Amino acid sequence: MATAEHPAPVAHKTELPDTLSEIGLKRPDNKSGIVDWLTTVDHKKIGIMYGAAALFFFLVGGVEALMIRIQLMQSQNDFISAQLYNQLFTMHGTTMIFLGVMPLSAAFFNFLVPLQIGARDVAFPRLNSFSLWTFVAGALVLNMSWFFQFAHTVGWFGQDMLHTDIVPAGGWFGYAPLTSSEYTGLGTDFWILGLQILGVASLAASFNFIVTIINMRAPGMTMMRLPVFTWMTLITSFLIIFAFPAITIALAELMFDRYFGTNFFRVAGGGQPILWQHLFWVFGHPEVYILVLPAMGIVSEVLPTFSKKPLFGYPIIVFSGAVIGFLGFAVWSHHMFTTGLGKVATAAFSLLTMAIAVPTGVKIFNWIGTLWGGRIRFPVPMIFSLVFIWMFMLGGFSGIMHSAAPADAQQQDSYFVIAHFHYVLLGGILMGLLSGIYFWIPKIFGKQMHEKLGYIAAGLIIIGFNVTFFPMHYLGLTGMPRRTHTYLGDMGWDFWNAFATGGAMLLGIGVVIVFADVVVTICSKARRCSNDVWDGRTLEWSLTSPVQEFNFARIPVIAARDAFWEHKHGNKEIGAVPGDSHGIHMPSQSWWPLLSGCGFIVFGIGMSMMSAGVPLMGYVSIIGLVIVTLSIYLWALEGPGGYHLKVPEAIGSANTQPSSQSAQA
Amino acid sequence: MSQATTVDDLHHEAPTCTGIDNKKLMMWLFLASDCMFFGTLISTHLIYRKLHPAGSVVEGDVNILGMFDIELTSFSTFILLMSSFLMALAVSAMHKGQIKSFRNNCLGVIFFGLIFLGCQVYEFQHFLGGQAIYSYTGVNAAGEDVTGEYKGVADKQDAEHAFHLKHHDFEITGFKQEQVKVPPMSLQNSVFGSTFYLMTGTHGVHVAIGVLWLFSMYIYSFTGKLKAQNAMDVEIAGLYWHFVDIVWIVIFTAVYLVEYI
Repeated sequence: MATAEHPAPVAHKTELPDTLSEIGLKRPDNKSGIVDWLTTVDHKKIGIMYGAAALFFFLVGGVEALMIRIQLMQSQNDFISAQLYNQLFTMHGTTMIFLGVMPLSAAFFNFLVPLQIGARDVAFPRLNSFSLWTFVAGALVLNMSWFFQFAHTVGWFGQDMLHTDIVPAGGWFGYAPLTSSEYTGLGTDFWILGLQILGVASLAASFNFIVTIINMRAPGMTMMRLPVFTWMTLITSFLIIFAFPAITIALAELMFDRYFGTNFFRVAGGGQPILWQHLFWVFGHPEVYILVLPAMGIVSEVLPTFSKKPLFGYPIIVFSGAVIGFLGFAVWSHHMFTTGLGKVATAAFSLLTMAIAVPTGVKIFNWIGTLWGGRIRFPVPMIFSLVFIWMFMLGGFSGIMHSAAPADAQQQDSYFVIAHFHYVLLGGILMGLLSGIYFWIPKIFGKQMHEKLGYIAAGLIIIGFNVTFFPMHYLGLTGMPRRTHTYLGDMGWDFWNAFATGGAMLLGIGVVIVFADVVVTICSKARRCSNDVWDGRTLEWSLTSPVQEFNFARIPVIAARDAFWEHKHGNKEIGAVPGDSHGIHMPSQSWWPLLSGCGFIVFGIGMSMMSAGVPLMGYVSIIGLVIVTLSIYLWALEGPGGYHLKVPEAIGSANTQPSSQSAQA
Repeated sequence: MSQATTVDDLHHEAPTCTGIDNKKLMMWLFLASDCMFFGTLISTHLIYRKLHPAGSVVEGDVNILGMFDIELTSFSTFILLMSSFLMALAVSAMHKGQIKSFRNNCLGVIFFGLIFLGCQVYEFQHFLGGQAIYSYTGVNAAGEDVTGEYKGVADKQDAEHAFHLKHHDFEITGFKQEQVKVPPMSLQNSVFGSTFYLMTGTHGVHVAIGVLWLFSMYIYSFTGKLKAQNAMDVEIAGLYWHFVDIVWIVIFTAVYLVEYI
């Protein structure tokens, strides 16, 4: 369109002059350090921050889990009180799902999706920053309840509160009527508001990723050439935008019940607690696939790389992912087999639940097919990916047992269920995510993690995990109920519980080793690695490590699936869109997403405190909403902005490195 | 287009893979998600409607047909439909760069949206107040004894107060509630009230946000920065407005009209 010399100055970011937004405020574009991180719209930095927050909350959730395990170590233990126990298992579940796994997946989405599709950033960079800060706000609102619990313990709230549970204690699925104001206190309000705010973050992020993947692909990057991880991101995002509204409305109804005395779930007023279960699981079951699909995407990237083979049956893997997404919305009532749904409904949901095992099984066969006849290497990410297949299969087998409604009636709310979903969530998803951490840290930071330590940690995690959770199948089948604070000594559960607690310690040590090594690797100066440490297949490996802020000096032109592999070892080279005279257009940074996140914190705390009867808190929550609205207005008025960077000559001429440089791991 | 001169011109509307503008695709996705929001609310309402044919646990707590004023709601529905027509005109005007025509149509949409909201507030107030028939006796300004009937809100004190305000030169000697025709419906006193207010309230908030959005655009159009090439911004506001309108058609059918079958 334009051939003219570009009017805007082109230089390195921090050397550019200040620019003003449309309302005359200075934009934080050319900053470095803390201001740069707080106002950044760079998807890579946002991804790193998502990852850091996720790892932190993984540790928080892990400590909660270990306290639960210590309490259950022996019969009639009194390590913690029953109330604290309830709070711990509630927060453990909520933290791991919403503050651990989802943001860690989001970290990978953020970092990888634009790189894998050959884009400079996501479609809406400021919205991406909004998602991050809103997520942080929701996480803080949820976890600040611990501080308020402490404040109550030392007497700040007075002694006349009806309920003293200020940390959520209603279980991660918060069944009605336990969450009504008759039975639970402030904790449920923190839980409602925290989850609502997290929902805003997830929805905004998902809209962003769908638009990015559909609209911002580099030339030649057709949908069926997308890396599988990007495909799974797309499907996950669609699941989020269709599943989250159900819980948002359910939480809004619950909030109205608690704050304004409505009758949605109050039996006396005509409400039905079962409605909560339906609305929750209409969200909750797709949520399981929201958690697992990204991990499947990671595994689908790692296995071909270390087998030196293309992914076996790429279209089938993609199609299976989509089928899982569809069926994920049709199986929610299998969480409710024991509620008396009626024969037809039970049979239908039983059948559909069995059906969803088919696309999952197809994927497993495809992964095995990928390994078959490959030249397999076993670096740490590959170990975790292989363990993912194995452990996820074990979780899947007990899942199929649950799909039979009569069997499920026996297993409902027993430790068998705990064993099942920890095999899926920990044995499956966490292994996938750890695989992703080991696989992409060299790309993210340009540094290699410690290999021997990695093997040791993997060993500890795999052994610790199985020692912890395998006995739970047995405990569940012999009748140990989930969420039990303690149990009597004559039940015969002592040995396996002590065994499981031992395993949990091993698992904890393994995870701490991994996280500590992540920190050490980031800080270390000695562990520099090449750009393509694993002989990678997808576009991100064609870039420098760490990736430059503009990602691609020239937008690549894609000629094949596994584009970079074909570029290195085949005959289909990655092309480049010819550059123009005006440098690389970068999105402007902004303070407003951060400010709206702060507004959400004020709103969340204000609403919760209002429920506790603290005076004037209604006004505080209104102020919070005003801050959110104001920052959205300022954000809109600030204008899209943007600045230009010079294309560095060395990179500008060769976007991708010659194949001879790619190091063998 | 001639040579671009500003950064904005250079980077306006980078081509996308699908040819659909990013913002527009985003709005479509939001609307898809919003369908699920309203779907959940409407199904909650319909499930409880089926479960409690009386609208509440105790028969007679709510009188749905007595409460509804279908003429008024049909009127506000019609107004909302017409606002969509004006919205389409506003979008079309923006595409042609006719800023004056855009402003007029935009104001029309805002005005119609406000009428709709006004009707909703009026309706909510009446539902909350209920309706009762009173008989009164008293002495009028001319010193004559008068008796009569009065229709007012269900709460006797409020009704008497309202009656007094209406006939301030009238000395009341007796004010008796004869019959409660429509009991008041609140968020708390019936499950119908809970589902009805939350659902229609959520829709009302959507309309209010739409009005605020269009009003902001109207004001913004005076800065001179809203040009034909920004027509997409108006178009996505239009998408949102049409969607909110369509949702109302569903609510009007499933919540109001169905009651008359």
